[in-house]
Parts: sequence; C-alpha cells; structure tokens
Amino acid sequence: MDNNNNLDIKAFLDRDEQKDLLRFLTAGSVDDGKSTLIGHLLFDSKKIYEDQLDALKRDSKRVGNAGDHIDYALLLDGLKAEREQGITIDVAYRYFSTNNRKFIIADTPGHEQYTRNMITGGSTANLAVILVDARLGVITQTRRHTFLVSLLGIKHVVLAVNKMDLVDFSEEKFNEIVTEYKKFTAPLGIPDITCIPLSALEGDNVVEKSSRTPWYSGPTLLEFLETVHIDNDHNLSDFRFPVQYVLRPNLDFRGFCGKVASGVVHKGDEVMALPSGKKSRIKSIVTYDGELDYAFPPQSVTLTLEDEIDVSRGEMLVHPDNLPCVGRNFEAMLVWMDEEPMDAKKSFFIKQTTNMSRTHIDSIKYKVDVNTMEHLSLENGKLTKETLPMQLNQIARVVITTAKELFFDPFAKNKATGAFILIDPISNNTSAVGMIIDKVDDNEMIAGQELPTLDLPKLGIKPENYDAIEIAVKELNRQGIEIKIIK
Amino acid sequence: MEEKYKLSHLKELEAESIHIIREVAAEFENPVMLYSIGKDSSVMVRLAEKAFYPGKVPFPLMHIDSKWKFKEMIQFRDEYAKKYGWNLIVESNMEAFRAGVGPFTHGSKVHTDLMKTQALLHALDKYKFDAAFGGARRDEEKSRAKERIFSFRDRFHQWDPKNQRPELWDIYNARIHKGESIRVFPLSNWTELDIWQYIRLENIPIVPLYFAKMRPIVEIDGNLIMADDDRLPEKYRDKVQMRMVRFRTLGCWPLTGAVESNADTIEKIVEEMMTTTKSERTTRVIDFDQEASMEQKKREGYF
Repeated sequence: MDNNNNLDIKAFLDRDEQKDLLRFLTAGSVDDGKSTLIGHLLFDSKKIYEDQLDALKRDSKRVGNAGDHIDYALLLDGLKAEREQGITIDVAYRYFSTNNRKFIIADTPGHEQYTRNMITGGSTANLAVILVDARLGVITQTRRHTFLVSLLGIKHVVLAVNKMDLVDFSEEKFNEIVTEYKKFTAPLGIPDITCIPLSALEGDNVVEKSSRTPWYSGPTLLEFLETVHIDNDHNLSDFRFPVQYVLRPNLDFRGFCGKVASGVVHKGDEVMALPSGKKSRIKSIVTYDGELDYAFPPQSVTLTLEDEIDVSRGEMLVHPDNLPCVGRNFEAMLVWMDEEPMDAKKSFFIKQTTNMSRTHIDSIKYKVDVNTMEHLSLENGKLTKETLPMQLNQIARVVITTAKELFFDPFAKNKATGAFILIDPISNNTSAVGMIIDKVDDNEMIAGQELPTLDLPKLGIKPENYDAIEIAVKELNRQGIEIKIIK
Repeated sequence: MEEKYKLSHLKELEAESIHIIREVAAEFENPVMLYSIGKDSSVMVRLAEKAFYPGKVPFPLMHIDSKWKFKEMIQFRDEYAKKYGWNLIVESNMEAFRAGVGPFTHGSKVHTDLMKTQALLHALDKYKFDAAFGGARRDEEKSRAKERIFSFRDRFHQWDPKNQRPELWDIYNARIHKGESIRVFPLSNWTELDIWQYIRLENIPIVPLYFAKMRPIVEIDGNLIMADDDRLPEKYRDKVQMRMVRFRTLGCWPLTGAVESNADTIEKIVEEMMTTTKSERTTRVIDFDQEASMEQKKREGYF
C-alpha cells in the first residue's frame, strides 16, 4: 500500500511539473467583494490549511465584516494597518494551483489614491479580473480599471459581475451590464473579454456552475482561468536580447547573460550588437543544464559569439534584418507614481530593459481623465500652466528625450522593450512608469539638445591617450551621461 | 509548434529568479547572499550557481550563526560551501553569546532580536553590503505577500510597508543613497511545493533534518524539541525520548518544533505536505510572540 501511494505521489509530481503559470490581476471597488472572491478560489482549491482557517474563524468573529459567513477577506489583508482600516492598501500576491495550472494573483486595491498599486500589480499579469457589483453595474472605477488594464496591454479581461444573489440572478440585469461594458470597451482594443455572472460570497459560478443562473451557458470563473490560452502573449517574432551581465570567467570564455526579451534566437544565427552595429554569429547558448539549440522568452541564458566583439550591459543583441527603434526621442504614455508632483525642469534616470540614461520630459501633449477617457490639454483649454505638471496617479501622453540612445519598440508591439521607469535622482523613488508609443524623429525636436562633445584633437590630446578617455566616457555612458567624442 | 516555446511553471520561475540575481550582481557594488541553510536557501544558492555558470558567483554567502543552530546544519553549511567553492562568511553576535544569551534563559523574543536581527544588522554594516539576497517566499506569511522583490531599507535597515517603491514588469529600481540598502527576494513567487519539486528535479542537497529519523525529542510547551546539545536545561533531560520525527523548517534548535513523520524521501514529504493540515510556519515558535509579529520583525530589519 505504501508503495502504491508512492507511485501516486510520483505521478502527481510528474504531472505538477508540467503545469504552466497564469498570472492575473484582480481589481474592483472597495465593496465589490474582491477579497471574498479570491478567498473563495483559494479555499476551494484546498490551499487553505487548517490552522490558517482556525485563525480566520477566530478573527471573523472579532473584526469580520461578513456577518455569519466566513470573512474570506481576512485571509488576504496581511498588514496590521489594513486590518484596522478594513481595506486592502497595497498589492498582495497569492498563490494557488489546480490540476491543470498554477496561478499567481496580484490582489490590488480599487480606491482612487492607490491606482499606482494596480499598475504595479498589473504589469506582470496575463489576465485581469475586474469586479462589478451587479446592483451598481459599470461605474467610474470599472472604467478606470479597464482603461488601466488596456494601457498595460493585458490581453484577457474577465468582467466578474458579482453579487448576483442580490439582484435575484436576473439575466436582464446581467445583459444590461454586459452591453454597457462592451460599448465602453470597444475603442480600447482589448482582444479577449469574457463576462461571468457570479456570487463570490455564496460561490455561484466561481468554481461550480450555479443552478441559479440556468440562462448562463459560459464557463465558471475557475474553468475560464484554467483554460484560457496565454501561449501567444509573448512576442516571438522580434528577437531582442538586452545584455544584462558580461561573464568572463577566463580568457577563453566571454558570455553575454540576459533574458530573451522577445523573439527566438538559434545557435548559428547572425546577430548584430547595438549600438555598435558590429555583427557576429551565435556560437553557443549556454545554461547550467547544458547548451540549447534555441532560446525564447522569458528564458534567462548566456550567449557566446563567434567573434570577439565588445558588448556591455545595456547594449542589445538583435537579428540584423529586424531592428528596434534606435533613438533619443520618443512619445509615451506616462503614469505618475510619486507623491511628489512632476518637476519639468528635473532630469530623471530612465531605466528601460537593462539600459540606464539621464532623461527629461520635453512636453506633455495631453493628460487623460481616467474616468471619462477625455483628453485634457493646454490647446483645448482644459489644462493651464498650473495644472499641467503631472501628479500622483495621473496619466499623460508625453515626449521624452534621453541623454543616450535607447533601443526600443512600441509597447503595443513589444512589452519588454517598450516599457520603462523614471527614477528621481534625489529621492531615488520610482516616480513614473511609461509605455512607449513610438519614436519621434530627431529633427522634429527643438534644438538645444546637443550632447556635450570632447573634440580630442582640438583639446590637444595625443592619440595614445584616446583609449583611456574612451574607457572613462564609456563608464559615464553606463551611468547615463552621454558624451560625444571627436577623434 | 507552440509547445516549442512554452516553459513549465518551474522553468519560468527559475528564469525569473536568475534574471533577478544577475540584475543585482550588475547593479550593486557589494551584494551578499544571506544563507539560512534551509531548503529555500539551498534552492536560492543553486539558482545563483546557475546564473553565473560557467563562471563563479560574484558575491559571497553569509550565514548569521545564532550559536543555537542544529549541529547538522553547521556541518552541512561547511561541506556545501567547500564543495561548490563558495566564499562563506559566518557572523555571530559574540558579545551577547559570551553574556550567555539563549532561548532557554532569555526567551525567544530577546534571543531572536540579539542573536539574529542585531547580529544581521551588525554584519551588514560591518561589510557595507548594499544589497542582501534573502530566500523568503510570498506564500509563507501574510506580511511577506506584500513585499516587493527589490525591497528598500533605510539607513537603519527598516522596512516601511506603506512606502514601498512601485515595482513594474521586470524593471527593478536599484538606486540607493550611501548607507541605504535593498533586500532582494528572488524566490518571491515560489511556493513551498515549487521548492520541493525543484529540489527533487535538480537533486539539490538539503540538510538531512528534513527527512524523518529517530531523534531525541522532548516536549516543551506543546512543541517537539530535539535535544541537539548539552545546553538543554536539566529539568527536561530525563524527559527525552527517541521519536520518529522530521523538521519542516530549520532554525535555532530550541525554537524549532519537529513533526512526527515517517517521510524519509522527498516524495513522501510532498505527500505529507499535500495531506497535512498545518502550514509550515506553525513549527516556528517565534511567529506567535505577539500579534502581527513577523511584520513587526520585518520592520525592525529581520527578514
């Protein structure tokens, strides 16, 4: 019997090993029952251990907000301060698995001042579950959450119409909400939207199909999460390999470590290094577990090249017939994440892939009112000089100039090379995050952005010293300060 | 065709962790990997070896020895570091140790503060480490579920849960001022089952205490405590019995309860875990000191 059990557990582990991973975000307003829904998923997938359950029953009686029901929300609200306020204030990550898949939930708050946390939680998600209260339907916060989800390029959205028990499981009410939601989301271009009527508190259509919604023939929430196809979410066509770390254990080995940001690279492929433009071929794709014939996102590998070419952190290996944008100017959607409002005169650090540069925000084209999607600008009179600078949780379309050239793609085409963060050089806070829309031609930019230049012959520097100066300048470039050298 | 470009969840987690570890090596001047000798540390250490293969890992391992660790842990630590060529730093709060601080005489709270938290903070200052890897997982405990992968600490090593930097995509903000530091958790997204699964698949060595064996056990306040050395107070000595037990977590021997078990292979451990009714931290005495005690300790600088 013992042996039999061992075989079972081995089979279980072998199957478990093959499961893939779905990361999803949940968003809703304060009383939409989001924590209850997550608690239910965790509970029903049997991941809640007995001792956690005991503590929960104890706490529910003391501070619970769910009446006679178990208050699932208490399972999730980890921090002391939150327990006192009775609301979730930050992103919390939860883990559960079923027979088919592993899941990571980013549980994010719904109220206004913490939009930045939803952006944080959503950045790594394949899918978003947006909750609405069936009694209230699509409200301002629903629109905001959906807009943010579309901004983050999340391809799959579930509209969970919760509290159906409080509207007598009315098909009419559900359809009304779905119609309104679809109308609102049409221009946002989210490829996959699924609407599910459910009751998180009573468990209808969460895991088990509800007998109280005979008119609904679609999947339950868990069924959908288990089966939704996410394989095509990575960009597999444009090979981008931002060099993360250069490995030189001995004179015979020079490996470029990094994560395949997008595309597929094969052994023997011709590659080009940016910005130098030098070409070589992939000699080997090295991992601790042996060499690979090809690598794809999000694998972390080490590439070696046939020729000795110099490539540093922040530079990029690509296929020569498929180049990213290379430039210092681009337009982007920017989300302001800092309590400190934007200071347009400030020079920020920008981190994009493994690259770091100094940067500043040239102009704000318009801000987006996240509740109405309306554009606000100086031109249409909806912004003044005073209201122009970005504040916490605001979103705007901006033009950005960097001190050195970056290698990027539009975010819509390639998340990994189209995303960036801005870091305040004084507080070191992550002040803003951005998604690149497209490049802006240099000649469209206002003059006065020229790089500082060292004209070596003019300065009377002898050619034998050029190498030393180039090394020093390269180090400055690495720190984000671009200097041009004339030899 | 699609299957060709699909990773299992473990391979995806591995790739994410390697990316995090390399990012730290590239962006910080003086990182260190904190090593607790537990199963999670064993996985983290292997991931670091993978990240820099075929090169050597460019940062040291550091163990904060509370002087009350199981003997088998210390032996395992020294053998592992030697076999895999790690630069191992061991630090202890010798002052408190010489003053006789220990869990039996001073209680778990004082002991943990002096021999673990203070010893760690002192060592971080001594070597001026600007980044420290830890093997914590978000699924372990509620306050950890909210922590970033790159977790900022001020000059006093304190964590402020309300003032965390936004963390987006896989772009980590590594910028700090002098004296500040970042704690980095490359295993953030791993679960306990993932850890065991990975140990099994990769044949990662772990301390034998995780496997069931007859061991000398005494029951203290409901916990099964192993009599690991002669510092066990006299009053318990004649109550020691040989029992078939194993450990789900490892720490200071007087503060780590064993569980009765026959699981002597990883498969059996996983089976036990899948059918068990207690989550892993219940065998840690320190979590129950005071309400929200882990959050409190994290604020003070303990992991």
